[in-house]
Parts: sequence; structure tokens; C-alpha cells
Amino acid sequence: MYGNDFTPPGSSETAAPATGQAGSRAFQALLDADGRIEPRDEMPDAYRKTLVRQIAQHAHSEIIGMQPEGNWITRAPSLRRKAILMAKVQDEAGHGLYLYTAAETLGADRADLLDALHTGRQKYSSIFNYPTLTWADIGAIGWLVDGAAITNQVPLCRCSYGPYARAMIRVCKEESFHQRQGFEILHTLSHGSEAQHAMAQDAVDRWWWPSLMMFGPKDTAATGGDPSSGHSAQSMAWGIKRFANDELRQRFVDMTVPQAEALGLDLPDPDLAWNEESGHYDFGEIDFTELFEVIKGNGPRNAERMEHRRRAHEDGAWAREAASAYAAKQQARRTSEVA
Amino acid sequence: MGTDPEVSRRSSTTGAREWPLWEVFVRSRRGLAHGHVGSLHAPDAQMALRNARDIYTRRQEGVSIWVVASAAITASSPEEKDAFFDPAGDKIYRHPTFYDIPEGVKHI
Repeated sequence: MYGNDFTPPGSSETAAPATGQAGSRAFQALLDADGRIEPRDEMPDAYRKTLVRQIAQHAHSEIIGMQPEGNWITRAPSLRRKAILMAKVQDEAGHGLYLYTAAETLGADRADLLDALHTGRQKYSSIFNYPTLTWADIGAIGWLVDGAAITNQVPLCRCSYGPYARAMIRVCKEESFHQRQGFEILHTLSHGSEAQHAMAQDAVDRWWWPSLMMFGPKDTAATGGDPSSGHSAQSMAWGIKRFANDELRQRFVDMTVPQAEALGLDLPDPDLAWNEESGHYDFGEIDFTELFEVIKGNGPRNAERMEHRRRAHEDGAWAREAASAYAAKQQARRTSEVA
Repeated sequence: MGTDPEVSRRSSTTGAREWPLWEVFVRSRRGLAHGHVGSLHAPDAQMALRNARDIYTRRQEGVSIWVVASAAITASSPEEKDAFFDPAGDKIYRHPTFYDIPEGVKHI
């Protein structure tokens, strides 16, 4: 899954300054040589802060992303589908953990990051604020949402910050299972009964545009970054971001259109057409006002996701306390044996 | 020299809110050494081992796991990198390529 690292225009959530402090010469030399920054290296504060925010937001997205899919575990249409979906949701938890520990190498505290999520100070990907209405949505999430995530995340495997890049290599390996299982669900439905085909088409109709929005707002040509947040260009210079939003979005569209044909499903965009001259698919205008509404908390499921997340954390407190108590008891027993 | 700040900073959060941090090492298959794969929080070593299995070996990535309390690791410091590793830098005669061998001499 994926955390979007952009904010609505005029948002008070501060983006990193577009021109960070110079940082040490060693830091710049490493970046210039396309080397990797490791946790104990000197780094500009703004670099550290940008990474903590981005990685945390990414981690939050992974664990919030468990909800729309977990919603269907009890209703998966067969034991095979149920086992696969449980494995996928477990992967999302694992991805969250890889990322939280990567953020901790920068001096962040996981408990603080969870607080920031629970109090709404940090965001997660807006894509998870859409509901999963039918079983076909599980297919559409795997194929489109995870497909968009992979397109975004593969370049992060070469991110300048070592622990983040290493976490992303693991995440990307596992995401390709996610995308294929989604494709298979849709393929089966699309070639099933008329009602099943219609269910698959309906899911694709609802998930296509939100998936395109996962790449963030349009770039401005001058900066190679998005105009709303101002940290895109700086992230490029730091080697945290490797490609512009629009470039990645185009890559995703070009890969996905032929896959939709193989599925026998339509993508809900009348302007979608192969452009012989550019060698890419043209596609219609994206309504970003919707994206920013969802990021601001006005999406269909924002409140529910947050409430569920907080409740799960509180309901799990007894298990964490029991594990701590058991560990303390064992420790005390060992100490008294020695004495 | 000293405790790795990366590690000590992180393990300083071992209060009531957070379990201690453990570093995880996995032997991917027999014949290979354990390699560092990441870290996790757990209340004790046994739980760390079980969590490590679930987090880092869901796809048979390993045949053996070590967990080590992060606070127990002592690491060299990047600031001392040059002074620390320099003594090896000017001893190029430690590499076989330093030596001239006459044309035609084999198996050496």
C-alpha cells in the first residue's frame, strides 16, 4: 500500500522548506555520488524531518489499509480467497512495522508516531477513506490501488536513505502478490455470470479515479514538483523522490490500460485513448478538489477509519500489558534463581 | 566508540509505552551467515523471536533467526570513520594484485 506525501493547498500542515539548510559537505558528497545515507550520518534537520513525516505517513497508510480489506475476510467467497486475503492483510501489518522501524532509525518514537496518527496530526493515504462495498472491491484494490502503489514505490527502493530503501525492497517484493491476487479476483468475476461481471465493472468504475489521485497533484513544469506542497522539488534534490507525480501517473496508466483489456473491463474515462505521437495513453482531467476534500477528512470513511484504529489500539492494550507483565515475571524469576 | 546512537536513541523509549527494541538477524539458508534484516519491539527475547518470524520470514526467507537487544550493540562511529579505517588504507600489499608475477606463471 502507499502513503501519499502531499497536503492540500493552504494546509497548515507544514511542508519541509523548499530550500533546506546546506547540510554538511559529507552529506552532499554522498548524495552527489548517489550513495546512501545511513542512520548515524550527519544530515540536515529538514532531511530528517521530511523522511520521518513521509515514512510515518506511509506506515500509517499500511496499517489503516488493513481495514477496508479486513472488512471482507469473513465474507470472502471461498476458503482459498479467505486464506489469501488474510495473508495480504497480514502483509500490510508487516509493511507498517518495517516502516515504523525505519522511521525510528531517524530518532522517532513509534508510540509518538501512533499518537500522531490517533490524534490526526499525521495523515495516511486518502485512498483508504473510500468504502469497500462489494467483494469486487477487494479485486480492484489489489489491481489498481496496489498497482499504483507499486509504481510509486519501486523508485523508493533507490531512495537516498538506506533503511527506508531497504524496507521498500521488502514491501515491493510482497506487493506484487497483492496486485496479482486482485487481478485474478477481477478476471474471475469478469468472466463469470452477468451479475458478477457487472460487480467487477462497478468496482473498477469507483476505484479508477481515486487510484490516479494516489500519485498526487499535477506537477508544475518549472520545479518538477507539485505546486501545492512545495516539498517535491526538495525531495527530488535529496534523492527521496525520483520521479515527478505526472511521470509516475502516466507510467501507471500505460501499464494498466492493456491489463483492463485483458480483464474485459472498461476504464471509466471517455478521453482515454492511445496517442500515437507521444507513445502514451492520453487520459481525462482529474478532479483534484475531491482528493483534497478526502485528505481534509471529508471522505466517505475518514471518521470510521480513525475510530476503528483508535478502538483497536485501546482494545489491544490488555494484550500488550500482559506480555509486559509476563516478561517482568520471567525476568524476576531468573534474577532470584541467580541469587 | 560507544553504544550506537541509532540504537541507544531508539532503546531509550523502553518506558511503559514502548517495549525494548531488538535487532533481527536471519540466516537465509544453510551455508550462509546470519545477516541483519531489521528491528522490532518486543517485551522479551522469546516474543522478539516469534515476532521476528512473523515479520521477517513470512515467505520462508530464513532457516534460523537471531534477536539481539539493540541496547547491547556497540558500534563504530561514523565521525571516526577515517581515523578508524585508515590504517588499512595504505597497506595495499595486503592485496594479491600488489605483486608482479612474470608472464606465463600459472596457478598463483
